[in-house]
This record gives sequence, structure tokens and C-alpha cells, in this order.
Amino acid sequence: MLVLGGGSDLALATVRRLVADRCRTVVLAARRPHELKPVAEELRDAGADTVETVAFDAADTASHATVVGDVFDRHGDIDAVIVAFGVLGDQAAFDRDPAAAADAATVNYVGAVSSSLAVADRLRSQGHGVLVVLSSVAGVRVRSDNFVYGSTKAGLDGFAQGLGDALVGSGARVMIVRPGFVHSKMTEGKEPAPFATTPEAVADALAEGLRKGSAVVWVPPVLRLVFGVLRNLPRPLWRKVAAR
Amino acid sequence: MAALRPVRAELTGWGGTAPTGADVARPFTYSELRAGVDDPPARGVLARGLGRSYGDAAQNAGGRVVDTTAVDDVCAFDAERGEITVAAGASIDGLLRHLVPRGFFVPVSPGTRHVTVGGSVAADVHGKNHHGAGTWCAHVPSLTLATPGLGVVSVGPEADPELFWATAGGLGLTGVVVDATLVLHPIETSRVTVDTDRTANLDEAMALMVAGDDAYEYSVAWIDLLATGVATGRSVLTRGRFARRDELGPPAADDPATALDYHPGALVGAPPWVPSGLLNRATIRAFNEAWYRRAPARRRDELQTISRFFYPLDLVRGWNRMYGRAGFVQWQVVVPTGAEDALRRMVEALSAAACPSFLSVLKRFGPANPGPLSFPTKGWTLSLDIPAGVAGLGDLLDRLDEDAVAVGGRVYLAKDSRLRPELVGAMYPRLDEWRAVRDRADPTGVIRSDLARRLDLY
Ligand SMILES: Cc1cc2nc3c(=O)[nH]c(=O)nc-3n(C[C@H](O)[C@H](O)[C@H](O)COP(=O)(O)OP(=O)(O)OC[C@H]3O[C@@H](n4cnc5c(N)ncnc54)[C@H](O)[C@@H]3O)c2cc1C
Ligand SMILES: NC(=O)c1ccc[n+]([C@@H]2O[C@H](COP(=O)([O-])OP(=O)(O)OC[C@H]3O[C@@H](n4cnc5c(N)ncnc54)[C@H](OP(=O)(O)O)[C@@H]3O)[C@@H](O)[C@H]2O)c1
Repeated sequence: MLVLGGGSDLALATVRRLVADRCRTVVLAARRPHELKPVAEELRDAGADTVETVAFDAADTASHATVVGDVFDRHGDIDAVIVAFGVLGDQAAFDRDPAAAADAATVNYVGAVSSSLAVADRLRSQGHGVLVVLSSVAGVRVRSDNFVYGSTKAGLDGFAQGLGDALVGSGARVMIVRPGFVHSKMTEGKEPAPFATTPEAVADALAEGLRKGSAVVWVPPVLRLVFGVLRNLPRPLWRKVAAR
Repeated sequence: MAALRPVRAELTGWGGTAPTGADVARPFTYSELRAGVDDPPARGVLARGLGRSYGDAAQNAGGRVVDTTAVDDVCAFDAERGEITVAAGASIDGLLRHLVPRGFFVPVSPGTRHVTVGGSVAADVHGKNHHGAGTWCAHVPSLTLATPGLGVVSVGPEADPELFWATAGGLGLTGVVVDATLVLHPIETSRVTVDTDRTANLDEAMALMVAGDDAYEYSVAWIDLLATGVATGRSVLTRGRFARRDELGPPAADDPATALDYHPGALVGAPPWVPSGLLNRATIRAFNEAWYRRAPARRRDELQTISRFFYPLDLVRGWNRMYGRAGFVQWQVVVPTGAEDALRRMVEALSAAACPSFLSVLKRFGPANPGPLSFPTKGWTLSLDIPAGVAGLGDLLDRLDEDAVAVGGRVYLAKDSRLRPELVGAMYPRLDEWRAVRDRADPTGVIRSDLARRLDLY
């Protein structure tokens, strides 16, 4: 498997889980690949035959086709690719620094578009494989206190749905994962939202989704129902709920 | 072959798990099929029949898949010698419609007649008569194989036996079977005289089979894997042989044509209102209970039709969809004679896990043939179907695989979708010998399949 955003807590929990489940080749793509050496060592000890780290910057969209292509050329078929990179950012800071907000949008949305398309092209020609896209409930109904982040996830989620539909019949597919609040590097120091969960729970749900061939996975599952309601609330009411 | 305009399509095996996309080419003439491996694309070529293998044996993700089913010509038929030569895409169903009225049955038949001659060679299929007749390929004096390395060659137990036996059970990986000659089984009637015995547990079923199978041409036990305690492994044993004409009542007894009447039941689709995912633990338990109760405790000389005796499942088209979108997993193991205890432990483990298997079958195998990848070896074979979503299924089957290896057993690759690749070599200890023959027939690795990739077969 290949992870774009190889240092992500959610992705690493998933990789550990899949290695225990007999996944043998892991490629972690990250901005500073050398920092992932200890993780690579740990995964080898856990039973992975091949663990490689490669340089990848989500913001450098021009490089994506080459980076992704090289990984497929070197390792042959890849069964699953996880698009896990992302930045949460701070809405108040974005309000003061629009260029920083644009950078976040570039990573979360634009970078995901170009890297996912590069992956989809390879999956299509190998005739099988899953692209796992880490979306978020923050994109299902965007809230005012993190609307830059939320809107990038809304865009990404729509993109992933469309790509999934486009791949029907090719043997390749897309699985969208929509976690709620997860305790990870990204949310460190933030106050947990209701139904907060752990990277391990995300990993379990993701592995289960891969096994079943799910198109969308909510973590925890109850959020599908919660957001089924929230997504349809009238805006004045949503503002109150979102403000808690 | 390039002129055939392959169409990209998603394919699965009969179990419906792990779909992959391939460019499907559909030859229409015998010569197009002979050219099946020519001008291969980068991700290689694989032949496919009617897709009745359960896992990914007939899939080649991203490459070309040659759908053989339109090429079903009869090349030669010799009623005197009881021999037929047919193109590989011919189905057993199609053959029987012509052969039964002429007084012949296929020498070996799997539990469905919707398989091709090519698929039967490639899986070296076995039937309820393995204890006496061996596998499909034991009745094939020659076949034509299109290979990337040697061109189109005729092989058989006499002509290039290594390549012939590597093709028997070789899962399509030595080349495209273009046609095969088959020695048929003469029959006087289209009826089978059947004896039924209901047994209280597994040991009773096994004892009956050991004592009596030699007296029967065909033998199989359906086993209730949801029964536990003292009833563990309770079974319904059906055994039979083709009836002679004088055993039928008038008018058939006096009229050869009537005696050979053959009307395979028209396929009935699983009705559209049947909810997909109908088969779950509760419905399977109820079904098994009813099936067991319905069987007579002991019945002798019942006349059954070919369809009823050999192909009860074929009466419902698309029954596999009843398992729902997640599909299902087949597991078939052979345990050598002498390792009956291991078999008992497997049945106990499956029963204890309340593994909801609806089609569990036990039968005896006779001696193995020379094919390095041919599945049957002397002993007992147990096969079961389980919905793919069942929790803990993977771990349980992994453990059972280990148990099989420990006693020199193996699983049937034509039904596999989940074996751990490390175990293939232990299950099929002559794998390297097979690889050497494959390398001769396909030195550049043109022929590929999802199964071969998954299990590192080459
Ligand atoms: C209900 C049911 C009952 C069954 N019962 C039995 C049983 O009792 N005994 C038994 O042995 N099996 C049994 N099977 C399995 C089945 O007989 C085998 O999987 C058989 O190979 C299926 O034939 P097919 O034409 O559908 O081939 P496919 O499933 O299409 O292909 C199977 C393999 O054959 C290869 N192949 C197909 N055609 C060619 C060709 N022309 N040249 C080279 N390779 C080719 C494919 O590449 C693939 O590896 C059963 C299956 C079902 C669904
Ligand atoms: N945690 C949650 O509550 C939560 C909820 C829903 C969805 N998600 C989503 O899940 C995914 C993973 O989140 P996480 O919780 O695992 O967070 P995380 O541990 O912070 O992981 C995010 C990863 O993205 C990488 N990244 C950031 N910018 C990058 C760039 N320009 N190029 C390459 N990599 C870059 C980071 O690597 P660096 O070390 O290089 O910065 C980091 O490893 C994200 O898409 C996130 O939006 C998270």
C-alpha cells in the first residue's frame, strides 16, 4: 500500500493494522521522509517485507504524477492508496492571513486532486485497487469556526465521489472516510467534539471498509445518522448547534 | 486477437468477491481462439470460461481476458469409440443436451453443468465419482494448447506429458486450451438409481462411505455444519449409479430413446424480490435443519434424473447473489486417508464457530494423478460456502489451512480467494516442477492471473 501523507496519525494507525493483517509492502510518502525511519523500522519488525519512504509535497502539484508513477513502477501492483495529508489550521489566523488560508486550501484540496488523479490513472490501468480518501464530517456541514478547513473537505469529498463514480467498471474504486473528531497530532490541544474517537478506531473502520468494499465509511458510524440530521438543519439553527 | 476490440469490464469469480477490470476479448471462431495469446498487452493474457471458479482464478486485472464461451464447436464425434473432440468454450450443459440422448454422459462432472471444457481441464475438475474414475483430465487423451513459447501444440498423457499434466489443474497458466478430446461414459438411461442414508453424526457418515463407496459409481454426503454436540457432522449421504434400461418401468424399458430422455430443468432465476443477502446464519440454519429432516433415514433404489442427482443447484440461476453484495467464500480441503482425526477436528471447529455454511459437502477421493497442481489426492474432501462478511472467518480459515498443511492436505485453488501465499508451496510441494514446465511454455510470462499474482505462483 501507498500512503500520501505518511506521517499522519490516522494513516499510521491504519498501516499498523493492515500490516498485522498481512499487508507486506508499505510506501510512506511525506515531506520529510527521513523522519519516518523509526516508523519504517517498527513496521518491518511487525512483519512488513518492504517499507520505503519517499519525498512528497502535497503543495507541489506538478511533481505528483512523477512521484506516484515512480512508486507504481518500482513496486508493481498496489492494492490500496491512502490520501491522508491535510492541515487543519486556525480559522482566526486564516482571517488575518488570507495567503495562509490559500496555502491550506492548496494542500487539502488542490494537492489531493492532482495526486488522486495520478493514482486513479495507475489504478485504472492495473485494473484493481482502492483509493482511500480521508475526508471529514467537517465538510459534510461546514461550520463557521473552521470554514476554510471545512470547505476544503467539502470540495475533496465531492471530488472523491465523482472520481469514484468515474471509476465504476474499471476494477479500481474509491473509498471515502469521514471521521469526526479524532485525537491526533492535528487536533492536539483542541477541545474534543461529541463522539470523539481514536486513530485506532479509524483504522479498524477503514480496514473493515476495505474488506467489505464500502464506498463511504463514517467513524464512529453513528455520525452518519447525526450528520443526516445536521446536514438538513435550517441555517439559523445550525449556527446555534455549531456554536455549541 | 488485436482485431477483436476487447471491451473493458469488471470481472469476479462465482463468489463475487474482489472485482477487477480487464479488457475482455471474445473470439468467435476456432481460429480466433487459437490466436488467443498472440500480440499480448503489457499486463498479459488469460483464458476464461463460464466464471464458475469461486475466487480470482479467471481474472487478469488490467490485462486481456479471453472469453472462450462463444467457441463451442464439436470438432469430431466418434459414437463407436465414445470419443468427442470439442472446442474449449463448449459447456457441459451444451454437451449433455446432445450426448445424453445418444447414450453418453461426461466422464466426470462438477456440481454444476455450467462450466466449460477449458475450465474443466484448467481446474482438473472432479465429480462424485472421483473414488473410481479420477479427475476430468484422466479421460482426456489429447488437447490443443495455444502457448506463447511453443506455439499451438497438441499434448496428452503420451505427447509431452509434462506440459499436459502441468495444464491439468494449471489454472490456465500454461496457455489457452483450444480444444480437448474426451472419452465419454456410456449410459443406457438418463436415470440414476440412488440410495439415501441419513446419518446421526460425522463418524457414521464416514464409516458408511468407507464400507460402501466401492459399490457405488457416485457418492457424496451433504453435511450440516451448524449441528453441534452429539449431532456434529450429521449428514445426508446419497450414492448411486446410472440405471440400466431394464430397471425402468415401461415404456422406457422397451424404448432406448425414451430411456435416454433428457430435459434439463429450464433455469429459474432467483426471483428479483429475493432480498440480496438472504442467506444469513438464521436462514441457513433453518435450511439445513429442513434439508436434514426432509431426507429419508434410509431409502434404496430411487430413480432420479440427471438434473436432480448431479445438479440440484443449477435449478436456481444466480443463487450466488443470495449471499448479498459482500459475496461469499468457498473453502475446499482434501485431507489424506489416515488423517481422519484432522478432518474431525476441522468439522468440530467449523461447527463450534457456528460457521453458517449452506452447501457443505464431504466426499472421498481416489488416488492423485501426475498433475503437480491437480487438487485431488487420496482421502477425504470437505467443501463449504460461507458469506464473506462473517466475523472471524479469515482467522478461522487460516487456522484450518495450517491444520491441513500439518497433515499433508491442501485447498482447492479453483475455489480459493484468500489463502496465505506462504502455504501454497507446502500444499503443492511439486510447485517448482510445475513452474519449470510453465517457463518452457511461457518463457516471458505472458499468461497471468489475479490468483497467480496473489499466491506468487510464478
Ligand atoms: C455450484 C458449483 C459447483 C462446483 N462443483 C465442483 C465440483 O464438484 N468439482 C470441481 O472440481 N469443481 C467444482 N466447481 C468449480 C468449477 O468446476 C471449476 O472452477 C471450473 O474450472 C469452472 O469452469 P469455468 O468454465 O467456469 O471456468 P472459469 O471459472 O471461467 O475459469 C477457471 C480456470 O480455468 C481457466 N480456463 C478457463 N478456460 C480455459 C481455457 N480455454 N484454456 C485455459 N484455461 C482456461 C481460467 O483461466 C481459470 O484459471 C463448482 C463450481 C460451482 C459454481
Ligand atoms: N484528526 C481529526 O480529527 C480528523 C478528523 C477528520 C478528518 N481528518 C483528516 O484525516 C487526515 C489525517 O489527519 P491526522 O489526524 O492523521 O493528522 P496528522 O497526524 O496531523 O497528519 C496529517 C499529515 O499531513 C501531512 N502534511 C501536511 N501538509 C503536507 C504537505 N504539504 N505535503 C505532504 N504532507 C503534508 C503532515 O505531514 P508533516 O509532518 O509534513 O506536516 C501530517 O503527517 C487529514 O486529511 C485530516 O484532515 C482528521
